Amino acid sequence: MIAKKAFSPPDHQIAKPYFPRSLGQITGSPRRAWLIAIVFVMSLMACQPTSEDGPKKAHEAQPTLYYFTWSDYVGPNLIEEFERQTGARVVVDTFGSNEELLAKLQSGATGYDVAVPSDFMVSIMMKLGLLAELNPAAIPNADLLLDRLQRLPFDPDHRYSVPYLWGTVGIGYDSSVLNAPPDSWDVLWDPRYKGRISMLNDQREVFGLALRSLGASINSRDPAVIDRAKQKLLQQKALVKVYTSENYDQLLAAGEVVLAHGWGGAVARAAVQRPSIKYVIPKEGGTIWSDCLVVLQSSRNKELAMRFVNYLLDGQVAAHTTNRLRFASSNREAKALVSPELRENPAVYPPDSVFERLEWMEDLGETIRLYDRGWTELKLR
Amino acid sequence: MLAFFLLPLLLVFAISFASRGLYGGVRWVFSPSNYTMILDPLYLWIYGRSILLAFATTGICLVIGYPLAYFIARAPARWQGVWLLLVIIPFWTNFLVRTYAWMFILRTEGLLNTVLLDVGMIRAPIEILYTDWAVLIGLVYGYLPFMVLPLYAAIERLNRSVVEAAWDLYANGWSVFWRVIFPLTKSGIIAGCLLVFIPTIGAYITPDLLGGAKTMMVGNLIQHEYLVIRDWPFGSAISFVLMALVVLGALMYFKRGGVFEDVEGRR
Amino acid sequence: MKPRGWLLGISLANLLFLYGPIAVLVAFSFNSSRLSATWNGPSLQWYRELLFDHALLVAVQNSMIVAAVSTAIASILGVAAAVGLESLPVRKQRIIEGAMLLPLIVPEVMLGVALMLLFVTIKWPLSLVTVTIGHAAFNVPVVMVIVRTRLRKLDPHLLEAAADLGATPWQAFRRVTLPLLAPAIIGSVLLAFTISLDDFIVTFFTGGPGSTTLPLKVYSMIKSGVSPKINALSAVLVVVSMALVALAAALQRERK
Repeated sequence: MIAKKAFSPPDHQIAKPYFPRSLGQITGSPRRAWLIAIVFVMSLMACQPTSEDGPKKAHEAQPTLYYFTWSDYVGPNLIEEFERQTGARVVVDTFGSNEELLAKLQSGATGYDVAVPSDFMVSIMMKLGLLAELNPAAIPNADLLLDRLQRLPFDPDHRYSVPYLWGTVGIGYDSSVLNAPPDSWDVLWDPRYKGRISMLNDQREVFGLALRSLGASINSRDPAVIDRAKQKLLQQKALVKVYTSENYDQLLAAGEVVLAHGWGGAVARAAVQRPSIKYVIPKEGGTIWSDCLVVLQSSRNKELAMRFVNYLLDGQVAAHTTNRLRFASSNREAKALVSPELRENPAVYPPDSVFERLEWMEDLGETIRLYDRGWTELKLR
Repeated sequence: MLAFFLLPLLLVFAISFASRGLYGGVRWVFSPSNYTMILDPLYLWIYGRSILLAFATTGICLVIGYPLAYFIARAPARWQGVWLLLVIIPFWTNFLVRTYAWMFILRTEGLLNTVLLDVGMIRAPIEILYTDWAVLIGLVYGYLPFMVLPLYAAIERLNRSVVEAAWDLYANGWSVFWRVIFPLTKSGIIAGCLLVFIPTIGAYITPDLLGGAKTMMVGNLIQHEYLVIRDWPFGSAISFVLMALVVLGALMYFKRGGVFEDVEGRR
Repeated sequence: MKPRGWLLGISLANLLFLYGPIAVLVAFSFNSSRLSATWNGPSLQWYRELLFDHALLVAVQNSMIVAAVSTAIASILGVAAAVGLESLPVRKQRIIEGAMLLPLIVPEVMLGVALMLLFVTIKWPLSLVTVTIGHAAFNVPVVMVIVRTRLRKLDPHLLEAAADLGATPWQAFRRVTLPLLAPAIIGSVLLAFTISLDDFIVTFFTGGPGSTTLPLKVYSMIKSGVSPKINALSAVLVVVSMALVALAAALQRERK
C-alpha cells in the first residue's frame, strides 16, 4: 500500500519506541540485531512447503506448461493425469473474460503455452499473429469434433484452434421464487427482483443480451442500435446487484440472487447445490459459444503444448471434464461417456430446438470501440 | 547513484509517451485527443466521485480518529505504547484480508444481516455490499490508522499547561477543544488528512471488491482502460491527470513545511 | 481530565471497529457450514483444504522469494541513495528527494501500470523477475526515507573522529556510519519486506505466467466467491502478521 510508505517518516518517528531506538541503544548489539533479522528472514524463506522441495529438486529440468484458461475451467483431477503421463508440471493462470485474456497477452505476459479464447477472440488473436499453427498429426483427437463445431467461420480448417468446450448463455433462475419460467430477457429488467439480479461482467455478452432483447443481432454494427442497447442497460443498472463472471453460481446457490445472467455450465453447478435453480434461454435467443484451445506463438514448448491440447480433447478426459465442470465437450464421443443426467440437462446439452435462435459472436473490428465506450459508460454511471 | 531513482521516473515518463497514440495497445501517433476526451462530463464525473469519496473517507476518519488519538495521547505513558500497537496491528494484516472481512460481514447472507434478522430488527436483508456505502466503510476501515497516528503525534506534543489554562478560561469542554486544542494540533490534522486522502483517491482494491463492478473510482477506471478496453493511451492520460491531482495535493503539504522538518521538529 | 468516560468509550468502539471484522473472519473459519453466517458447529476442514491446495503453497513460495529478493535490492540501493545524497548540495538533495518520493505518493494503480508499460516497451516479458523489480522500485524510497531520517540525526563529529583516526571514507562508512544506521536499516528492511508480501496492485500488473503471489491468489479466491476457506487463509495470515509484530515488539521490550 502506497499509503503505508508515505507514512513511513512520521511512522518511524512514532514507532521509535518499537524498533529503531531500542535496538540501536545497545551499541554492541547492532550486529546481533542484524543476525536476528537475517535469521528471521531466512526462517521465513525456509517456510516453504516441503511438498514442493522434493519433486522440484528431483525434476530440475522438468518441463513446465503454462496454461491460461477461464476461471470456470479449473478443477481438481483435470490435469494431474497429464502431469503423470508426461512428467511435466502444469501451471494454471486464469482470467474471467476474453478481453482480460487479450489484455494480459498484449501487456507482455508471453510465456503461456496454451490458452482458451472464445470463438471471436480466436479470430482477433489470429489477426494479431498471436497463435501458432497447429500440427494436425500431433492432435489426432481434433478429428473427433462434433458436426456442429466443425468448420466454424473464424477458423474453418482448425489451423490455429480446436474447439474445446461449448455451450450457451442464458438465465439461471430460482424456480421457487419465480412463478413461471421467464421467457424473455426482459425479466432481467423486472423491478420486482431489484437487487437480486446478477449480470456477467463481460462486455460482449451483456451488450449481446440487450441487443437481442431489442431484436437486433449480437454482432450489430449500427451505432444507433448499440446506443439504444446502452440506454436500456443503463436503465437496468439500478436493479443489478453485481456484475460478475466468476461467482454468480455461488450467488444463485446461496439465494443472494434469483436471476443470474450466465453460462450454462455454471448454472448447472449451482443447481446441484440448490435444486430449484433452473436454466432457460429466452425466446429472443442469445449466444452460442465455443471456447477453443490454442497454442501461442510465443510458447517455448509447442510440442508439449500440442500434447496437452490433445490430452484435453481425449474422449475420457473430456467426459470427465464435462462431468465436473458441466460444460459440454466438443468431442463427439464424450457425450456417450458423460453421466446420463447431464446428457438430459438443457443447461449442458441444449436441445436441438434452441439452436435456431442462437448466434455466434464475431469479431467486430473497429466497431468494438462503440461497445467499449458504451461499456465504460455503463460501469461508470 | 542516479540509476535507481531513474527507474521510477522512467516509468512515469513511459506513461507520458504512451499517452499519445490511437488504437488498442499503442500506436505512436501523436494525439492530444486523449486528454480532451477526459473533459467529457462522464470522466470528469468519475474524478469528482473519487474525490468526493476520498473527502468523505477523510472526514469520517478524522471524526472517528481524533477522539481515539486524544485518548491515547492522554493515557499514561506506559499504556500509550500498547494502544499504539493495538492500532497498528490491523494495519499489518494483509489489505485484501481486511477488505474480504467486510465482504463477509456485509453480504446479503453475511453476518450483519443474519444477526439483524435473527434479532428481529429488520425484516428483510439490507443490501450494503456492492454499493457506495460498502466502499466507504471499507475505505474508512483501511485508512483509519493513518489518521490516528499523526493525530496522536500532534496531540502528544501539546503543552499541558496551555490546555490547563484553556480549561480555566472556558467552562465548556467543547470550547476548550474547538478554540484551543484543535488549532494547536492543526499540523497533525493536516498530515492525517493528507495521508488518508491521497491514497484513497487512487484506491483500487476496495471499490473493486466491495463495489461489485458497479461502483468505480478512478483507480478502477484505469485498470478498466488497460486490462479490459486495452486503450493504453487513454488509460495513461487518465492516470497522468490523476497523478497531477495527487502530486499537487502533496506539494501543497510539502510547501507548508515539508515532511522532514515536521519530523525533526517533533523530538 | 473530565471527558475521560466517553473518550474511553469511543476509543474502545474504535478498537472494536478495527478488530471486529478480523475477529469475525477468524471465528467463522471454524464454521462447518459452507455458506452464510449461521454457525453450524466447529470444523477444521477448511484448514485441511488449505494445506492441500498446491497452487496456494506455490503462491506463498513465490511471495517469499519476491519479497526477500526485492527487499535485498531495495535495501542496498536505498542505503546507497540515502548516504549518497548527503554529499550533494542541499538544493539538489531536495529535488532528488522529491523525485524519489514520487513512487510513494503516486497511486499504486498508476505505478503498476507504468511498470507494465515500461516492460512492454522494452519488450521484457512479464514474470516473477519483473514483479521483483517492481517491488524493488517502490521499496527503494521506503528504505531511503527511513535511513535518511536517521542519517540526519547522526552526530557528524563521529565521522570526523573516524577520519582523524586515519580511516578511509569506505572504512569510516563501514565501521561507523553503518552500525549507527543499523536500527534504521533493520526497521526499513522489515517494513519493506512486509510491504512486498502484502502488495497486490503492482504485482497484478507486472505479473506474467506463473507469477501468482499470495495476495494474487487470495484475490482470485475472493473473486470466485465467499468461502470459509478464505476465512481460514485469512486467519492464518492474521496470526502470522500478529506474530511478526509481536516479534518486533518483543525485541524492543527485551532491549529496554
